[in-house]
Amino acid sequence: MDAPKTAEFAHIGKSVIIKGELSGSEDLFVDGIVEGTIELRNNNLVIGPNGQVKANIHAKGVVVQGKLDGDIRASQRAELRKSAVTVGDIFTQRIAIEEGAYFKGKVDIQQDAPKPASTQSSKPETDAKITAPGTTASASGVSAGLGGSGGGSMSPHTSVTKV
Amino acid sequence: MPKEVAMASVTHSFMKLFRGPSTESAPEPGQGARPPRASQRLTRRSSGLAELSRLLQSEEPLCVLDIGSTSAANIRYLTERGHKIYSEDLLDASTDPSLVIRDEQGHGTLDHKRFLAENLIFRNAQFDIVFCWNLADYLDEDLVKPLVARLWSMIRPGGMLLAFFHTQEAGPDAPCYRYHIMGSDTLEMQHIEARADMRKGPGGQSARSPFRLQRVFNNRHIENLFRDFASIKFFLTRDNIREVLVVR
Repeated sequence: MDAPKTAEFAHIGKSVIIKGELSGSEDLFVDGIVEGTIELRNNNLVIGPNGQVKANIHAKGVVVQGKLDGDIRASQRAELRKSAVTVGDIFTQRIAIEEGAYFKGKVDIQQDAPKPASTQSSKPETDAKITAPGTTASASGVSAGLGGSGGGSMSPHTSVTKV
Repeated sequence: MPKEVAMASVTHSFMKLFRGPSTESAPEPGQGARPPRASQRLTRRSSGLAELSRLLQSEEPLCVLDIGSTSAANIRYLTERGHKIYSEDLLDASTDPSLVIRDEQGHGTLDHKRFLAENLIFRNAQFDIVFCWNLADYLDEDLVKPLVARLWSMIRPGGMLLAFFHTQEAGPDAPCYRYHIMGSDTLEMQHIEARADMRKGPGGQSARSPFRLQRVFNNRHIENLFRDFASIKFFLTRDNIREVLVVR
């Protein structure tokens, strides 16, 4: 999975805290704190190096660089980078784990995982919907995060052990 | 309890001069054995793994538990063959400082109940194969027997466990390796090196000193440790390691 450019990924910066259900129809880069669930069935999720996610994740592709406590259901691919600390089960078609990644849980490769529906729309929704009450985020933190000013850009990964 | 002991290689005595199974040269006279570099990987043939590979070739998906360090190679090897793998680094988990408690005499000991309450929590999982690697040699004394008892309850009848034990010749400074499955009977050994910046575990606790060999089991100790299992098989190797395959 290529490094997310701000324009292509919705961006949750490292000062942002979200508690609740997080869902959307565009790719998402999380570098803050998320607790709850993350539903991006036809899109990709990247947990950045500062990201701390305590949630079950349902997405097309998932890349973990930070901390994740929860299950991953990735219809296409799951990647754990060397800085990843992942506790939870992984259900996916393909998995790649870099040397140095910490993982505790089950890996269940599902060869016949259902392919995501085609979502090649020209205009993705601009905001990820935060659907549940109880969401907390400071206004300044959200704007800083969505603007991408605090998150920084991902450096391209160098080596990944692929399955 | 039936057991078989593979005869040691005719070069076993000669190989005792060298540490490890690889092409590493012996230390020069007057010098102690140099610890292997973390980047250095050694390859060894494993008779225990070869026995297990017969089971791994089955078309029926197996449930496998690996309680060594996270190994992408092991996950890849097993999932490519259609098996499910559970991975949990118990040696790392045992270094959690919050496990230390005081016993009645005031001595520091590890809380094995808490250790088992926080680790190996796989509800309803019954494993066909458990890779224990060299864990028992490096794990704290307080945790070894409770861990084996827990593993017994988690392995289905007929399931197998593979463990490695050092022999007396290994010495107290025997380096701790992580094992990567490279083939049906081939393992790659990677030295586990302690680094000050090594991040381990979700709590961020780090191992700042290398893992040290805690004890050397003899055959009788190993038999006692696995006395609740149905059978035990020993494989002696050239590199001061005993491979032990037990059947639940």
